[in-house]
Amino acid sequence: MRDRPLVQLTLARMREFYREPEAIFWVFGFPLVLAFALGIAFRNRGPGELKIGVLRAPGDSVIAAALDRSPALAAAVLDSGEARTQFRTGRIALLVVPGDPLVYRYDSTRTESRLARLEADEALQRARGRPDVASVRDERVTEPGSRYIDFLIPGLLGMNLMGSGLWGVGFSVVQARTKKLLKRFMATPMRRSHYLLSFILSRLLFLFLEIAALVGFGWLMFGVAVRGSFGALALITVLGALSFAGLGMLVASRARTIEAVSGLMNLVMLPMWILSGTFFSYSRFPDAMQPFVKALPLTALNDALRAVMIDGTGLVRLGAPLAIVAGWGAVSVGVALKIFRWR
Amino acid sequence: MAAIRCSGLVKRYADVVAVAGLELTVAAGECFGLLGPNGAGKTTTIEILEGLTEPDAGDVELLGMRWGGGGAGGAADRALRERLGIQLQETQLADKLTVAETVRLFRSFYTSSHSVDEVLALVELEEKRGAWVGKLSGGQKQRLAVACALVSRPELLFLDEPTTGLDPQSRRQLWEVIRRFRAAGGTVLLTTHYMEEAERLCDRVAIMDHGKVIALGTPRELIASLGAEHVVEFALVDGAGRVPAPEELAALPGVQAVRPGPDPTALTVAAVHLAVPALLGLLERRGAELSMLATHHATLEDVFVSLTGRQLRDA
Repeated sequence: MRDRPLVQLTLARMREFYREPEAIFWVFGFPLVLAFALGIAFRNRGPGELKIGVLRAPGDSVIAAALDRSPALAAAVLDSGEARTQFRTGRIALLVVPGDPLVYRYDSTRTESRLARLEADEALQRARGRPDVASVRDERVTEPGSRYIDFLIPGLLGMNLMGSGLWGVGFSVVQARTKKLLKRFMATPMRRSHYLLSFILSRLLFLFLEIAALVGFGWLMFGVAVRGSFGALALITVLGALSFAGLGMLVASRARTIEAVSGLMNLVMLPMWILSGTFFSYSRFPDAMQPFVKALPLTALNDALRAVMIDGTGLVRLGAPLAIVAGWGAVSVGVALKIFRWR
Repeated sequence: MAAIRCSGLVKRYADVVAVAGLELTVAAGECFGLLGPNGAGKTTTIEILEGLTEPDAGDVELLGMRWGGGGAGGAADRALRERLGIQLQETQLADKLTVAETVRLFRSFYTSSHSVDEVLALVELEEKRGAWVGKLSGGQKQRLAVACALVSRPELLFLDEPTTGLDPQSRRQLWEVIRRFRAAGGTVLLTTHYMEEAERLCDRVAIMDHGKVIALGTPRELIASLGAEHVVEFALVDGAGRVPAPEELAALPGVQAVRPGPDPTALTVAAVHLAVPALLGLLERRGAELSMLATHHATLEDVFVSLTGRQLRDA
């Protein structure tokens, strides 16, 4: 029976990958470690007790006692030197200076300090007899989907698709070129299209393991659910993987050394690590940068993944980001095929 | 029909002419050797013939076909590649694939081929079938490279320095593989800078230097062109006596040619039994003291030295 070249090339790709423990770690292990560490570090536990300083002065103990009665606050009476140090280093969120009027000293750009200002004022005004004019009731809920980990998991998925697409294709192609293996293949009747397709195929096969690992981990460990359909999620990840494999091919199309291709890949990936909203929302960047940030393939991919996983959006409403992802892939492959160095 | 015919081959790189107007014809069933020092243009020549390097000028015909019919990588080129077996000098096969997986991969590119077991038997690597390529010795890797070239049942086999860097035993094993391929009717073009290898394996050799063929013929013909079958080499202890002049050495009975030192001086000699006693007599009269004296049958190495005045290895 004849072996099919495309099957054999794809098998070779996959064997070279899974026989390389480092590659396994970077593709499967590292994103999980990252998700775990960040999920733990940024878990929702509320702000805890806010630390408030009261400057040593007549009336300080009455004020401190009133503040301590609030469950959200912890007050301490401090000398002026001590107060200055603790204020400057952020160990107290707010400094209360007794007197008439009372003075609240705080940094209004810090969320924590503004919260402390509200809580402290509330506690002190009540202690002096201010009545509540409307009756209210608190309902406390924790909504899955609004936590940091819910935001993070789709971002890590996108980042992983980018990394494994670029490294998986770019690195192997350049390695084959430096070892003259590419030239050796060119000395056989092998079709060039088979060679390039084998990268795409092996990427797609590993892709499902990558998604399953990360999505499964997020679900088991942190209860991160997929609100949209799994079909839509699969389609978006396949498109993302193909697009980044194309970009990997482009990056590797001319490079003759591993050093050269590593540099190029970092050059391509670094802006997207920072700008594309993997770890924090890209809306924090200035308005002038937004069109550029939104045109990046990882930004579009992350948006689409979050829309499906968090909002449960259907594919039809994701035309714009998916077109950006597909466009990057198509242009990259087109250029790569034109300039590819086969020897 | 000639297996290989090329004429007027020229290849220039930025600062050097690698191949300078080369003509070659290799008959079907022949084992042809391209000999020469490093940098003589052997690899460039063989890669032009293999269709891997574009020549600046010249014409190449392999098995009655030409490269580039229907564009590079087109159907016509692939049809020609089906009939060739190629081993490249610097290829490193993937370390993390096994021997059998590697052969199976190469085998899949051809429409007609040996089975994996057959080709591993040809190069005596059956026992290493399941071993990772990265764990093989140099000789085993080289035999695997030849196995990948042989797997397509080629009519024409190209080997670029197949035994460079191998120990004598591995070298002999590879020679045996090549002999068996020839016995089955295959044509071989190989490059080497081991003259012994060329003498043992090749029907005809072309000696190359600076991108040109400087001598062509059977190993026997080339050696006979020296006009004598033996070489006597000697060196003297420094400062002892007077060194004889080349003309004096040439006048000794039985000496055909002289290649003066520095070290050692070589005489091409037709009759060793006359030349050696005469040489010793001359040295004794001069009070010179020998530090080395050796005689051997003339080899292709001596042909190269007599043509270029340089040794092959350090040329």
